[in-house]
Amino acid sequence: MSRDSASRRMPVILSFIFGMMLTIMPLPDAVAAFRPDWLAMLVIFWAMQLPRTWSVGTAWIVGIVLDASQGTLLGQHALALCCVAFITVRFHLLMRVFPVPQLTASVLPILAVYQFLLFWINGVAGVDAPSIAYWGPVISGTLLWPVMMIFLSGLRYRTRSG
Amino acid sequence: MVASRGSSSNPGRIPALGLRVLVLIFISIMLMYFDNRDNHLDTVRTSIGVAVYPLRVIVDAPVRFWNWLDDSTASRNAMELELARLKAERLLTNARLQKFISLEAENVRLRALLDARAQVRDRARVAEIMSVDANPFSHSLVINVGTQDGVFDGQALIDAEGVVGQVIEAGLLTSQAMLISDTEHALPVEVNRNGLRTIVVGTGKIDELGLPFVVNNADIRVGDLLVTSGLGGAFPAGYPVAIVASVTRIPQEPYADVTATPAASLGQVREVMLIFSVSVQKPEAITDEQR
Repeated sequence: MSRDSASRRMPVILSFIFGMMLTIMPLPDAVAAFRPDWLAMLVIFWAMQLPRTWSVGTAWIVGIVLDASQGTLLGQHALALCCVAFITVRFHLLMRVFPVPQLTASVLPILAVYQFLLFWINGVAGVDAPSIAYWGPVISGTLLWPVMMIFLSGLRYRTRSG
Repeated sequence: MVASRGSSSNPGRIPALGLRVLVLIFISIMLMYFDNRDNHLDTVRTSIGVAVYPLRVIVDAPVRFWNWLDDSTASRNAMELELARLKAERLLTNARLQKFISLEAENVRLRALLDARAQVRDRARVAEIMSVDANPFSHSLVINVGTQDGVFDGQALIDAEGVVGQVIEAGLLTSQAMLISDTEHALPVEVNRNGLRTIVVGTGKIDELGLPFVVNNADIRVGDLLVTSGLGGAFPAGYPVAIVASVTRIPQEPYADVTATPAASLGQVREVMLIFSVSVQKPEAITDEQR
């Protein structure tokens, strides 16, 4: 903690802000259902890399902001992201040593759990949505994971953030 | 690599992780419970929503800039064509309006004769749609006005052709609205031709609405205009909603299968009007129909 901690936290915070922008960015109707869960992917990445600094608390706050901005039930995404962070932190030592294809394969079930939690809460609250709204993001998220992973690893290596 | 220091020696080193997760899950469930049950958390929601406002502006900016660029570089020829078209349209609208004024006066006289309450003329305010996506689970859009401009929950949104939707979450500076095509949206309407009252629900498709409660022998035809009936209280009466697209009468079923096309082009709206001063007719009808 000798270096200025604000400057090391900056890349993580910026990545979340950027992820939020990608989440609210308009997409053509044809691909809108396949918008990846950028914030869930970011939570997985940072909880895997730096579980001491960025884990369930961060995920919860990100989720609450997401809920407020999307008009979903307040706490819905917060709960789901919190669980995603928990699963990731539990397995982070394993996931860190995985090669990229294997890691991508293990990101798939985590994203599926995330969508399942959203689906479950929607069901309890009586929100009805087409099923593609759930499995679309899981597929696109898994496919885009290696790209995001390589980009963020490079960023992290350059800035030595934490 | 600060975090990986000593990580291999002690795998269970994140302190009280399970406890923190449980506490956060508990808080989330409480929040959801109170949020779903009543609107106590609206202020919390609004104040967090303000934090997202700059992001919405930033995301919206490129599209806005592109539109501006498109407008300011339009050729003189195209502008002249558009001007001519608008002039012709204005002439037509004005001619229709003249007739409308006399009809309105007649309507007021007749209503006075019938001893009915005079219809309130609705006030409208133009709002722009921001190019940001909102809730992935519903058909919704974000508009650039909020409670600061007098927007309230449940306010009706129309465009030049018909009803677009209603405000579901009025924020301080931006608000979220649900389109009439959302599966959760239902709207009391009547057939303009004969006053047959029914309910239009969203199907989840942007260009199709459903009328699930039209009995088999009801007088409804393809091409009928559906207008808001004013029942339910959320929408003022008399705004066009949709045009009946298909009527399939199924002999053994109690209800006919009726679909309609929205009058407003829900997919391409850029500007909407918010309606103030809703004229409510019968208080008992509201409690019956309001969801």
